Amino acid sequence: MVAHLLKLKLTLLRNGLRRSPWQLVGMAFAGLYALGLVATLVVALVLLRNAPQDVAYAAVVLGGSAAILGWGIVPVVASATDMTLDPARFTTFAIPMKQMLAGLALGGVIGIPGLATSLVALSTVATWWRGFLPALAAAAGAALGVLTCIVLAKVVTTATASLASSRRFKDVSAIAFMVPLVLMGPIVAGVGQGISGSTGFLPVLAQTLSWTPLGAPWAVAGDVAAGRPGPALLKLLISAATLAVLTWAWKVLLERALVTPPYAGSGKRKGGKPGLLGILPAVPAGVVMARSLTYWFRDPRYSGSLVVIPLLPVVLVFQGTQTGDFTSLAFLAPLSAFILAWSISADVSYDNTAFALHLASGVRGVADRLGRALACLAFALPVVLVFAVGYSVFTGDWAALPGQLGLSLGTLFTGLGLSSVVSARYTVAVPLPGESPFKKPPGNVGQTLAVQFGGLVVLMVLVLPEVALLIAQLVTGNALFGWINLAAGACLGTGLFVAGVRLGGKWLDARGPELLAQVSVNR
Amino acid sequence: MTAPIPDRPLYDRPPHAGTPAALSIQGLAKRFGGKIAVDGISLEVPAGSFYGIVGPNGAGKTTTLSMATGLLRPDFGTAVVHGVDVWRQPLEAKKLMGILPDGVRLFDRLTGEQLIMYAGLLRGMDKDVVAGRVADLLAALDLQNDAGTLVVDYSAGMTKKIALASALIHAPRLLVLDEPFEAVDPVSAANIRSILDSYVASGGTVIVSSHVMDLVQRMCDHVAVVAGGRLLAAGTVDDVRAGASLEDRFVQLVGGRSHTEGLEWLRTS
Repeated sequence: MVAHLLKLKLTLLRNGLRRSPWQLVGMAFAGLYALGLVATLVVALVLLRNAPQDVAYAAVVLGGSAAILGWGIVPVVASATDMTLDPARFTTFAIPMKQMLAGLALGGVIGIPGLATSLVALSTVATWWRGFLPALAAAAGAALGVLTCIVLAKVVTTATASLASSRRFKDVSAIAFMVPLVLMGPIVAGVGQGISGSTGFLPVLAQTLSWTPLGAPWAVAGDVAAGRPGPALLKLLISAATLAVLTWAWKVLLERALVTPPYAGSGKRKGGKPGLLGILPAVPAGVVMARSLTYWFRDPRYSGSLVVIPLLPVVLVFQGTQTGDFTSLAFLAPLSAFILAWSISADVSYDNTAFALHLASGVRGVADRLGRALACLAFALPVVLVFAVGYSVFTGDWAALPGQLGLSLGTLFTGLGLSSVVSARYTVAVPLPGESPFKKPPGNVGQTLAVQFGGLVVLMVLVLPEVALLIAQLVTGNALFGWINLAAGACLGTGLFVAGVRLGGKWLDARGPELLAQVSVNR
Repeated sequence: MTAPIPDRPLYDRPPHAGTPAALSIQGLAKRFGGKIAVDGISLEVPAGSFYGIVGPNGAGKTTTLSMATGLLRPDFGTAVVHGVDVWRQPLEAKKLMGILPDGVRLFDRLTGEQLIMYAGLLRGMDKDVVAGRVADLLAALDLQNDAGTLVVDYSAGMTKKIALASALIHAPRLLVLDEPFEAVDPVSAANIRSILDSYVASGGTVIVSSHVMDLVQRMCDHVAVVAGGRLLAAGTVDDVRAGASLEDRFVQLVGGRSHTEGLEWLRTS
């Protein structure tokens, strides 16, 4: 039965790849990334063999603890865990609980995160290759550690399954997860500073952690090598007991989950609130705009990128205070303009087959394009203006304002025009409606990369005049270039915006059914 | 609501009927990769008829209806709605049709009420007219109490009903409903049937696809049997079933019924 479950997991993986060769390419990219990371860590662990014992000890225990912590936390916040072997799907088969647990746990090792963790954990054997006993202890510790990681993840996902199946929780957690992700730089820098400020603290922390379930499996080998058999044995017991308790908890939770399917209901609410649909003008472009705007706030796949925008200045200012150089703040307004404008380049892909409503209603392509672009513009324009003016307020450099505005507005309008064309012609692989923004999207990864990259190149070419004028102003210091830039950005931008909306609309009119067929492939 | 263009010659008007066809499809064909999904289907749906399209799973019903309604471009063939060619004048043709496609998503982050409004306003209807009709539709389909709930939180049957409401809002002359009764509870199904009956009585045309034979026999006056991408029989229900029940006639036409005494081991006694 265990072998069956493992075979099932492998078959699912293989069939997923068989759907298209591009799927394989995407998997290969993810694999390469993981491989690079794993290789670095493995090499580091092998090299640690020659390091002093206490250094190796601290590094292995701290790293290992972080891994277990990560396996415990990520499934909750990302809600993007691998559910190919969702226990709920086995409800109707009478699989003995013991075999199901073993099969699911080993199945968890198959897959990129599981394999990567296993490989890195096993290389601690090389670190403690200072004798037969330490190496053996390292192997035992690694096995216990990896199993703890996987079972912990299972416990967490099973425990939160009913919570996580509520749409509201999914939406909120997905958006909340963006915040630490964007602030990763400052957080890492802050933690790094704290650590380098107190190097003596790390071995103490490692020593403490080694007595907790987080660090115990990783500390066994080090204690053996240091000639402390007593603590080593105790820590081995702690790890084994942890794994046993976690497995027991998982079993109990699973037994309960299998007979009580998650309840995802929500209260009834009466109507009478048309929202934006009642406010914006009742012409096709206006209602498309109202619908798009509603989605910007209600669909986490859209609102995720809205959360990023206010965090951008935080990141850039932080970087400035670190280096004492605030020039990177000059990129804030153009960068935000670009991110927001480009975010609608996959609009039809985000609609997925809901786009059929537009097609069936006979909405004119231009109205469709214009509505979506205006919805983005409705908040992008104020944001970009505030950021551009904010830069001058912050730096006191008011001569830079016209140039800033020119480039930012040019990028915003040109980008919206380009996005309108791109989303009318090409579909990209995006998370399906209702899924987490972090979930690996199904579909053609190769085309997605090509469209994204090609779009970026075209956009850069289109805003070249504004960029050139900005550089000219920086080099000559002549404020006139700034004013020309403002005029160029406004005129070129609006021109390209109108052209993009019209061309996109024309293509949409001509190719609507083909576009629907393309998005129907991923559903 | 635009009238059909009167001085435009109708394609291949059926010689038998005095009334113009609500939907006339000629030689529709579609191939997906190596698989021929629809292999030359021609069909006349008389105006004012309640037309059922039945067929086993994978028969090509959805593909045919998608091609007839302008959602999927056919490889061959034409589709004409009240004299307007769906693929030459798509915007005009779509004004005449209300479509409930099967297996497509909805804009489900809108509330049920918003979704129906959206469908109406997208077609350029007047705001007050839309508001009035939305209230009527919500009441008729018994959705008032959930009108403010997001469609994503709806049950399957409620989702079907809200999609149906979106197809009705602009009072089309032809309704094309792909599997309208799937997952809908019996009470709502009866409500929907009476709505459709009075719609047909007032001169509208309804095309439904289904694989519930009983329902089609009771509800429709015309029926077409489709299997393997081909049309096996079409006409009034009484003609097609020729005295037998529609279900028996269907099985006879489509074949594939196994009359073996197999699965002995399944008998419990």
